[in-house]
Amino acid sequence: MTLAVGCRARPGKSRDNKTGSWRVFRPVFDKEKCTKCGLCITLCPEGCISETEDEFVIPDYTYCKGCGICAKECPGKGIGMLQEEK
Amino acid sequence: MVDKTLELFDCGHRACGGCGAALAARMVTKAAGTNTIVVSSTGCMEVFSTPYPETAWKVPWIHSLFENAAAVASGIEASLKKQGRNEKVVIMAGDGATFDIGMICISGAFERGHDFTYICYDNEAYMNTGIQRSGATPYDASTTTSPAGKCSFGNKRPKKDMPQILAAHGSPYVATTSIAYPADLMQKVEKAINTRGPCYVQIHAPCCTGWGFEGEQTIAIAKLAIETGLWVNYEMVEGKVVKAKKVVRKPVEEYLKTQKRFRHLFKPTRQDAEIAAIQAIADRNAEKYGIDIKLRKE
Repeated sequence: MTLAVGCRARPGKSRDNKTGSWRVFRPVFDKEKCTKCGLCITLCPEGCISETEDEFVIPDYTYCKGCGICAKECPGKGIGMLQEEK
Repeated sequence: MVDKTLELFDCGHRACGGCGAALAARMVTKAAGTNTIVVSSTGCMEVFSTPYPETAWKVPWIHSLFENAAAVASGIEASLKKQGRNEKVVIMAGDGATFDIGMICISGAFERGHDFTYICYDNEAYMNTGIQRSGATPYDASTTTSPAGKCSFGNKRPKKDMPQILAAHGSPYVATTSIAYPADLMQKVEKAINTRGPCYVQIHAPCCTGWGFEGEQTIAIAKLAIETGLWVNYEMVEGKVVKAKKVVRKPVEEYLKTQKRFRHLFKPTRQDAEIAAIQAIADRNAEKYGIDIKLRKE
């Protein structure tokens, strides 16, 4: 591997590393129960949950490690964790 | 105002699922904004966020040695000042780099009065190298260098009071905060960055691997630390405590029971004397910062 001058890296280059493969449990969001409070977006350590155009939240499964913080902290209990089948 | 949609700490970093420090980094960069230069000393955050040639940071970021993050930041700040530029310098370091190894450089930089913000994510041990005790490890926590066993209940020394040490250096703004309260965290970081002079923010960031709990519990445990009085969120302006988060306190047992590092206090036999000693620490905190909410009786 050749090193760049100053060992620098392009900002956000970590996106090359698809951490979604680490996941054992997949968070599944219930549209009915979602109150759009945005707590899951704030508390996600990956920062991979974002709002869709119709104001519903959705995680980016390419990077979601399935830690379950969103499911645990959701005030409306609108997120379930389902085991991944590979 | 903090732009909550700003993401400057990107996906794909290699922190464990449910990492408190990763969440802290995300919130800090949100609060600091794009006009920021981050200096990181060696530690878990440096390792999981920047395995070459990848980086999770979307702001200029420089890695220093374990001990000299404060010195590197001093140099950057001095250079920016000379060039007449207005970027903010933020240090992100762990508790090992802050409480133990970096102490000399931090003391020097705070005494010289550089205009930077020192942020310590406190996960209460050297997590990157395999959970060795640091000056921030709380009383009776079992780590690999303070193992609990027949002759010991784990770490024998109480946590070092770093915020008070830096307040004694004449820092204009010192605060402690927790990842369980994101709004409070971002507000304090923003305030520290906008205060002239060397400011210090200490963030309580539970570590699921080191403390021994499931990743989903990270926020719940950080909240419990505050609710039991073992961690106090407070602000110090010019060396005086001006604000502390008040709580209706729970017994410390509820916090201790959730983590493997305190398991020896309950199994094989319950150690009442040790639990009472930890309760006494919480009681002292409560008295010192006046965090108890007095419930009015009918």
